[in-house]
Amino acid sequence: MVTSERVWEALAEVPDPEIPVISLVDLGVIRDVDVDGRRVRVSFTPTFLGCPALEVMRDAMSERLHALGAEPEIEVVLDDSWSTDRITPEGREKLRAAGFAPPSPRAAGATTLVQLQTGAFRCPYCGSTETRLENIFGPTPCRSLRYCTGCRQPFEQFKTI
Amino acid sequence: MRHLHERLLEIADDELVLGWRNSEWTGIAPFLEEDVAFSSIAQNEIGHARALYQLVARELGTTADELALDRQPGEYRCAPLVELRLVDDWAKTIARHWLYEAADWIRLAALRRGGDEDLAGLAAKIDREEAYHRMHADMWFARLRDEARFQEAVDELWPSALGVVDPELRAELAALVGRPEVPAVERDAHTDALRELWDEMTMVRRSEPAGAQW
Repeated sequence: MVTSERVWEALAEVPDPEIPVISLVDLGVIRDVDVDGRRVRVSFTPTFLGCPALEVMRDAMSERLHALGAEPEIEVVLDDSWSTDRITPEGREKLRAAGFAPPSPRAAGATTLVQLQTGAFRCPYCGSTETRLENIFGPTPCRSLRYCTGCRQPFEQFKTI
Repeated sequence: MRHLHERLLEIADDELVLGWRNSEWTGIAPFLEEDVAFSSIAQNEIGHARALYQLVARELGTTADELALDRQPGEYRCAPLVELRLVDDWAKTIARHWLYEAADWIRLAALRRGGDEDLAGLAAKIDREEAYHRMHADMWFARLRDEARFQEAVDELWPSALGVVDPELRAELAALVGRPEVPAVERDAHTDALRELWDEMTMVRRSEPAGAQW
């Protein structure tokens, strides 16, 4: 029988297509699961709107739920409910272990350039906060590039949004 | 007063066309960091266009792809500012980027307080990403503001930048960028540059109307 718990467990096994160490549940993009018999409705919030992985995420969830014997319907919610604060503590730790500095908590206002240039961002490799901004933008919309002057290692910093 | 979906189409078309123009720097920006930055900004803008087209498509009973790619050049509602092909003029590219991001910020803030809940939510989400575009633009503004070439580029593009926002928001934009309000270049006439861009942008779609497969 398809239950809400089994759906959440199944979704927790669907990796992020670009950072596969973290699951879609860790990423906090599943807002709601509604089970009605075999029909399963999943509300899903995109991370970054320009993220090319959105379709892949949607199809991967659909496929995983089909395997569970469910008839999934994935609803993409285009509102403001996702922020990087929705990434779970487990998700943040997995990111860090994989060499991505997790996003800093979202302050009351939007992040400023001064914060990016002077704030204490911790190197995921050596833990030093002696790091500097290399580029606001990175290989995907969700990441910035920083350089650690402690261990002389460039690293990717998850943007706070 | 025009319909809300007409206003949204203007914004979506601006983001799509500017995203396309920004992507023209991919591979040839003055240095690698800017190659990455402009490519990433382009990807964001096109993502914003897609989300806005989806919202409009729901209302008009069509699809985002049809709105983005099946109209004739004359039917697009983008502003002349975003149409200009500015490779390989870096000063002018940064001038447009800085002016556009300021205009877009004001426009998004107006949508957020506009009373339509779905739209306010989407505008807030878009703005979280745009905040990084503004930081990038501000960083370049700080670097180039005293350069004559950059100042000339801003002077030249300013009337077109005013045309990006609705008349009631123009005083606010002028105050934000510290320039006098002048007669705006409105979005009622397209530049020749749009036709050329359209030819390229819709080429695959026109040759494979059923949908291209890779």
